[in-house]
Amino acid sequence: MSKRRVVVTGLGTINPLGNTVSESWEKLINGVSGISQINSFDTEKLPVTFAGEVKDFDANEYLGKQHARKLDRSAHFSIYATEQALQDAGFNTEERLGADVGIVFGTGIGGIGATEDAVRTYDKRGPSRINPLAITQLMPNSSTGQVAIKFGIEGPSLTITTACAASANAVGEAKNLIENGIVDVVVAGGTESGTTPMTIGAFAQIRALSTKNNEPEKACRPFDQERDGFVMAEGSTVLILEEEEYAKKRGAKIYGYVKGYGSTTDAHHITAPAEDGEGAFRAMRKAIEDAEISVDEIDYINAHGTSTPANDKNETIAIKTLFEEKAYDLDISSTKSMTGHLLGGAGAFESMVCLLSIQNGKIPPTINLDNNDPDCDLNYTPNIPKDKTINIAMTNSFGFGGHNGVLVFSSK
Amino acid sequence: METNEVFEKVKGLFIEDLGIDESKVTMDAKLEEDLEIDSLGIVEVVMAFEDEFGIEIDDEELADVSTVGQAVNLLHSKI
Repeated sequence: MSKRRVVVTGLGTINPLGNTVSESWEKLINGVSGISQINSFDTEKLPVTFAGEVKDFDANEYLGKQHARKLDRSAHFSIYATEQALQDAGFNTEERLGADVGIVFGTGIGGIGATEDAVRTYDKRGPSRINPLAITQLMPNSSTGQVAIKFGIEGPSLTITTACAASANAVGEAKNLIENGIVDVVVAGGTESGTTPMTIGAFAQIRALSTKNNEPEKACRPFDQERDGFVMAEGSTVLILEEEEYAKKRGAKIYGYVKGYGSTTDAHHITAPAEDGEGAFRAMRKAIEDAEISVDEIDYINAHGTSTPANDKNETIAIKTLFEEKAYDLDISSTKSMTGHLLGGAGAFESMVCLLSIQNGKIPPTINLDNNDPDCDLNYTPNIPKDKTINIAMTNSFGFGGHNGVLVFSSK
Repeated sequence: METNEVFEKVKGLFIEDLGIDESKVTMDAKLEEDLEIDSLGIVEVVMAFEDEFGIEIDDEELADVSTVGQAVNLLHSKI
């Protein structure tokens, strides 16, 4: 029996660039940064004062105050992006989707903002004043459950917490659910809202973040000599995955195929990549094997490209190890240069970028790449987008913990 | 404090703190069915009452409270 094939029929997103797919894409291909000074809380004590925040979104207005106040901001985003994606795929969001639809969601740190709030209340007013909704807001599976409740998703559900690889793994595991015949439709995505005081402070403590406080828009500069860390960002992106024949029978439009998935673990260090990006290399190779293609067929790589010194260097080495001399002909870019690092939401967002690149025949640039680090000597599409017919695109996501998730998307 | 004053304060808490529509908050309104306050929400309501009126409410005292009016009467008896 031939393998059941998986297509993407709907996209939804809310992120620092915009609150719709089209607005986000416009910004991406025009090289616009979504990074700015944090204005949702006082950053005076923090060594990092900027991030990629979602703008112009009022959860009370969207969900109603009684509903909105029960959820962490990360779950607001999840519901918002899911509704867009379901509508884009032609599902009626007023009806329950039922037991034939599954959900796989990724997040790095779940409702960390709710955790911070609850701890502050505990310290100030004691245990009897802790928000009774704290647990249901902070648990990492909160978005998965809240999205399922909102849209009546009764099939299998999974929450994946592989840090910055979480939603790449979510899309990959959703593909597996469909390929294996468990369900025909899966809502696959990721969310994050960690632009909160303690979380920014804690990431800064491990020197993971850029400290270019005076020029936030230029702070995220993947593969550039002057890069000094990643930039925290928040948002959610959701893809509707379906079995090909099921989607075609519904008459759904098809963005492309989820053709390959590779998942590996460094088993090396909790934050640092394995030497020469060995785990990343194996994940890319696995994804290409799963896609049943050769390395020559990759038209575009949406790199993990976080703008940390270690990632960008090791990812470059991993790409060279896999593609050998052909690595220099590849078109690569890091859209994190514009969005910042969406952490658990990054893999889903960058999956969307791959699909839109295939659809539109355009590669978004890596902005702020003015002087390549000598260790980063591939073609990262610096500063200017590129027109190109893209049949196959690959996206890399690597997370703290040593988790590597790689996806391959194709036009047919 | 008169019963109607307690009701007005309770109504204010429901509207401001919990985001419930003003028109729904009547003495007869059922907390669960009409105001959509679930088991988690009840804990929030109790916390809000305790802070507002400076009292403590035991879980046992809530056993017979299922409407806004019953909550108002309980509060009135404790103030």
